[in-house]
Amino acid sequence: MTTSATFHPLARLLHWTMALLILAMLFIGVGMVGTVSPKHSWLLAIHRPLGLAILLLAVMRLTIRLRRRPPALPGDMPRWQCYLAHASHWLLYGLMLAMPLIGWAMQSAGGYPIMLGDAWRVPAILPENAALFAWLREAHRYLAYLFLLTILGHVGAALYHALIRRDGVFQSMALGVRDRGRVEEDTDLVEEAEATTSPPRPE
Amino acid sequence: MLDPLDTPPSPRLAWRWITIGVTVGLLAAAFAYVAGWLTPRRLTPARIVNALQDNSGLHPGFRRNHAKGVCVSGYFESTGAAAPYSSASVFAPVRTPVVGRFAIPGGNPYAPDGGTPIRSLALRFNLADGQQWRTGMNNSPVFAVATPQAFYEQVLASRPDPATGKPDPAKLAAFFAAHPETAAFRTWAKTAKPSASFGTENYYGLNAFYLIDTASQRHAVRWRVVPEAHDDSPSAHAADDSDYLTRDVQQRLAQGPLRWHLLLTLAAPGDPTNDATQAWPADRTSVDAGTLVIEREQAQDSGDCRDINYDPTVLPHGIAISDDPLLPARSAAYADSYLRRTNEEAGAPGAPHVDAHSAERKP
Repeated sequence: MTTSATFHPLARLLHWTMALLILAMLFIGVGMVGTVSPKHSWLLAIHRPLGLAILLLAVMRLTIRLRRRPPALPGDMPRWQCYLAHASHWLLYGLMLAMPLIGWAMQSAGGYPIMLGDAWRVPAILPENAALFAWLREAHRYLAYLFLLTILGHVGAALYHALIRRDGVFQSMALGVRDRGRVEEDTDLVEEAEATTSPPRPE
Repeated sequence: MLDPLDTPPSPRLAWRWITIGVTVGLLAAAFAYVAGWLTPRRLTPARIVNALQDNSGLHPGFRRNHAKGVCVSGYFESTGAAAPYSSASVFAPVRTPVVGRFAIPGGNPYAPDGGTPIRSLALRFNLADGQQWRTGMNNSPVFAVATPQAFYEQVLASRPDPATGKPDPAKLAAFFAAHPETAAFRTWAKTAKPSASFGTENYYGLNAFYLIDTASQRHAVRWRVVPEAHDDSPSAHAADDSDYLTRDVQQRLAQGPLRWHLLLTLAAPGDPTNDATQAWPADRTSVDAGTLVIEREQAQDSGDCRDINYDPTVLPHGIAISDDPLLPARSAAYADSYLRRTNEEAGAPGAPHVDAHSAERKP
C-alpha cells in the first residue's frame, strides 16, 4: 500500500462537512450564551443534537484517519511547520471528540435532562455534581476558544499552502479533485505538488 | 514559477497574503461580534446578572436573584385531567417527585422577609421517563415588565443609593413613567402585604407556554398553584424577626404536608402569549391538573435545591415555550448566574471565595 497525494474522498467529504458543522457549532455556542433574545432558545435546541452529530462524525473520521495514512507533507517544508501541522491536526481531532463529550458530561453534572429534540433524551454520563459542572463548563468555554484559534491557524495555513506555497497540500483536501494518480489532465498545481511532494513511503 | 518563495515579492503575492489575513481576520471578527465582545451596549446574560449583582453586592455561592430561600421537596399527584391537553407524562394519573424552593426576590441572601411582598416558588418535576419540568413562579399574578430590556432598566432604576441604602424614588418614578406596562403589577404591589407564610400564597408561572397534546395540537396556557392552606392562622413572629418565612415553613411541615392545586388556564384565541404584564380575562377555562404536596424542607446551603438552576425553559415533551421574550432571557441569565455560583462552590480560579461563615454575617 502506498500513500496517495490526496485524502480519501470520504475523508474529504467528512472534512468539509465537519468544517461547516464545527464552525457553525462554535458560532452557535458563543452566540447562545451571549444573547438574551429568542435566539438563545433555538440556538440551544440546535447545539445539543449538532454536538452529538459532530461526535459521531468525528469517531468515523478518526477511524478513517487511523486506517489510511494521509498524504505526506512536502519534503521542503521547514521542520517547525511540519511539527505545527502535525500537532494542530491532532489537537483538532482531540477537540472534535472532546468538546461534545465535555458538553454532554457538563449537562449531566448540572442535572439537566439532555434533550436532543422535543422527546428524545440521552442518558446522563456523569452524576449530578455542581463543582464538576463548573469545571466542565469552563473547560467547554476555553477549549471552544482554543478550537477557534486552532481553526483560524488551520485556515491560515491552508490558504498559505494554496496561495503562497502552491504545493498541492490544499488540493489534497479539496473537493472535486480526484486522486492525481488517475488524473493526468489536471492543472499545473498538481504538477507543482508532484515537484514538492515527498516520495510515497512504503507502509 | 514553480516556487514563488524564490521570486521577489510581487503585488500579486502581496494580495495573496492580504487575502489570507483578511479571511482569518474576518472569521475572528465575526466570532467576536457574535459573542458580543464588539458591542458593549448589547444586552447579554452577563450584563443582566452584573446589574443584579451590583444592586445587592456580591454573595459568593448564592443565586444572583432570589438569593434567600429554603429547599423543599415532595411530589405532584396528577389527576389526569390535563392529559387531553398535554402528552407530558407528568399529567398522566401518576405521582411525580418534586424538588422545590421558596424564596424572596433580590440578590441579598440576608434580606429581611418583610421587606418585600413578593414570594416565589420554583419547582423541578422529575418525570419517570427521565425528562424534567422546571418552573419558577411568583406570587404576583403578572410580572412588572414584558421584555428583557425593560427588566434590565428596572434593575438599574432600583439600584440602592449608597447614601440611604434604598433605591432613589425619583429614578424608580421615572422608570415607571417610561414603562406604562408596569401598571398592573404596581396595582398588585400597592395592596399586597408581605405574607407571614410561603404556604398560603398563590404562585403564578407568569409566562405563557404551550401544552402539546398527543395529536400535536398546541394549547396556549398559563399555570399557577393555589394553596389549600389559608392565611387565617398566620404564624406569629416577632417584629424583629427577619427570617420568619423559613421558620414558618419548618413549623407548618412539622405538622403535616402543605398542598397546592396546579391550575392550568387555557387561553382563548387572541389572548397574548408574549406579554407577562397582562393577565388573561378571569373567565378562561382552568383545569385542575393535580395536587402539589410539599412534605419536607432543607436549608438552602445544603439542600437538594441548591444546585438546581430553575430554568423555566427546561420542559418535558408535551410542554413548550411560547413567544414570550422573557423566557429565553430567563434561561440565558439563570445559566449565567448558575455558572457563577457553581464556580464559587467549586473554588475555581478567579471565582470569589465562598465564605464558610457567611450564614452568620448580616448585611
